[in-house]
Amino acid sequence: MKLTSVDWLIMLLYFVFVLGIGFALKRYMKTSKDFFQAGRALPAWICGLAFISANLGAQEVIGMGASGAKYGLETAHFYGIGAIPAMIFVGIFMMPFYYGSKARSVPEFLRLRFDEKTRALNACSFAVMTVFSSGISMYAMARLIQALHVFDGLFSALGWAPGGIFTFSIVLSAVIVLLYIFLGGLTSAIYNEVLQFFLIIAGFLPLVLLGLKNIGGWAGLKASVPVAYMHEWKGVMHSNTNPMGIEIIGIGMGLGFVLGSGYWCTDFLVIQTAMASKNMESARRVPLIAAIPKMFFPFLVILPGLLAIGLPTPHTTTTVHTENGVIYRETNVVSKQVEEGRGLVPAKINPVTGQAMLDASGQPLLDYDMATPNMLLHYFPTGILGLGLTALLASFMSGMAGNVTAFNTVFTYDLYQSYIHKGGSDQHYMAVGRWATVGGILLSIATAYAAINFNNIMDTLQLVFSFVNAPLFATFLLGMFWKRATGHGAFAGLISGTAAAMLHHGLTLPIEAHTGVHGGWITVVHHYPSDMAQNFWGAIFAFSTNFIVTVIVSLFTKPHPESELVGLVHSLTPKPPRAHDRWWKSPEALAVAILLCAVGLNIFFA
Amino acid sequence: MSLDLRIPMGLMFTFTGLILTVFGFATKDNVALYAKSLGINANLWWGLVLLAFGLSMFLLGRRGQQRLAKEPPVLEDGEVRRGH
Repeated sequence: MKLTSVDWLIMLLYFVFVLGIGFALKRYMKTSKDFFQAGRALPAWICGLAFISANLGAQEVIGMGASGAKYGLETAHFYGIGAIPAMIFVGIFMMPFYYGSKARSVPEFLRLRFDEKTRALNACSFAVMTVFSSGISMYAMARLIQALHVFDGLFSALGWAPGGIFTFSIVLSAVIVLLYIFLGGLTSAIYNEVLQFFLIIAGFLPLVLLGLKNIGGWAGLKASVPVAYMHEWKGVMHSNTNPMGIEIIGIGMGLGFVLGSGYWCTDFLVIQTAMASKNMESARRVPLIAAIPKMFFPFLVILPGLLAIGLPTPHTTTTVHTENGVIYRETNVVSKQVEEGRGLVPAKINPVTGQAMLDASGQPLLDYDMATPNMLLHYFPTGILGLGLTALLASFMSGMAGNVTAFNTVFTYDLYQSYIHKGGSDQHYMAVGRWATVGGILLSIATAYAAINFNNIMDTLQLVFSFVNAPLFATFLLGMFWKRATGHGAFAGLISGTAAAMLHHGLTLPIEAHTGVHGGWITVVHHYPSDMAQNFWGAIFAFSTNFIVTVIVSLFTKPHPESELVGLVHSLTPKPPRAHDRWWKSPEALAVAILLCAVGLNIFFA
Repeated sequence: MSLDLRIPMGLMFTFTGLILTVFGFATKDNVALYAKSLGINANLWWGLVLLAFGLSMFLLGRRGQQRLAKEPPVLEDGEVRRGH
């Protein structure tokens, strides 16, 4: 790939503004509340866009494109079933307790509602996960930069060895993220997430439009991919009849109820943006505002993957033409990687033999992660290519930033202030937060380097996270809606839920996978048709175990006095005052409108 | 928070739009460059879109800040924000 000075100029402009926002915000950072909670003074639309943007990291932009190429429109379930209902639920039903309790973080809410040990468990696991997640994000970005040869031209111009590109990418992104969070705290992270939200649209919308025009519009796309790829719901009643290999219960319960809700309703990474808004009414509206663009994001992130698979595969061609009696022979050589692939998705090449890697049925394995980046390279001329790459880089960095601000808040309030140094001054905690940012980023860098040396570390880490996250939603659901739930119950439930997730994973295996990191490491008692199915059902088991254990243990332990639970449990909390006289301005009306819209979209793509 | 995000964001997209528009205009006769984007001058057209978006964000932000300067905002609990 060849980048010209226009591309560099656009990228540079973005970096200047990102850092500029950090410096501009520095003078507003007077108290720890300003730093960790953005002063609880931001408008709802900013928090709302940051709410989805915090999730719009690398895994989302690259991963959803990859999934679109692999499974087709069925990927949209992650939006229609996984995200939208959960976002509505957290806005309407859960935000009154998060925001109203005046807790400064999600673990702190657990301490108010349950007890110290539940908070400690959640805070520790969350802090570890955020650091590793941002490290994984960093690693993925550096690998992508290497694969796209973004900095190769720059390096050869400066006479540096190309081996340093990985380190350069990591250090560059780490320094930028560190600087703007160190200076402007959560406000800075949120502002940059909003900036990135618009950048992603600016970079990907022209891509989708060009791709659609090229393939002949919607009808052309339909004609060039298998039928099942264009339907979200077709064949969903049975796992054999849809590309993802899952059935309706796995999707509805596993993805919709457990995994989606577990992420959007309990992960402080996204909740922190809603908790930064200026009042209760705004806080409740934040996830709802976020749900509106979220509904249309499948067009932006899934379609590029689907288009990539639908386009004709490039082949080595020779064109002959004569000009003024001279015969010109022009050969367009395409690498084996591209030729063995499908559409614009390249095949995976074994680096030792140079041959395409094959799966169990003899088909070439495709490198789906390259679907979206290859689309960018295929359609964008220099100029707008710089914009597209900047959007990609921005998504990686803001994904990291969200993790880092969540980490510094949880570390400072829930670990440092609670267990290491109580009763310090506000300025002291703000300084600790700043240095926690530095420490968190250094740990992320270490994770990124560990990922180079240990091939499986990323898969293993994500697996462990899924064990910890799967049961979480049951704890919050019971905590907020059942006043009898106790701290001992919640703690026992969380531990046993995680254990259930591990046990389920150790006993089951997706077909055509080898035992080990994919499951079955105890003994295989059940085969799933796909890893998605295994994932969704594992979540269902973890959730149910947590739910049942929490209820049983709670019934045998002493409940909290009701006076302590006001503002934390639904039945003991007075309804939030209505600040508006017209019913259609209420968050509830907005929620119903979004729900209808989401159902409409699902029917359209059925 | 008295830094209205729409102002820096508007500026950034205005500049990006300007760069793309100018570059697109300068290269409008370069057929080889735009073969990739199906013969459409993606830089020029998308630059104009971003320019319009950036300018409107910037102007909205400016207007919002002028309105804010006129009346001191009141927090939910009735406390008037001091300073900035």
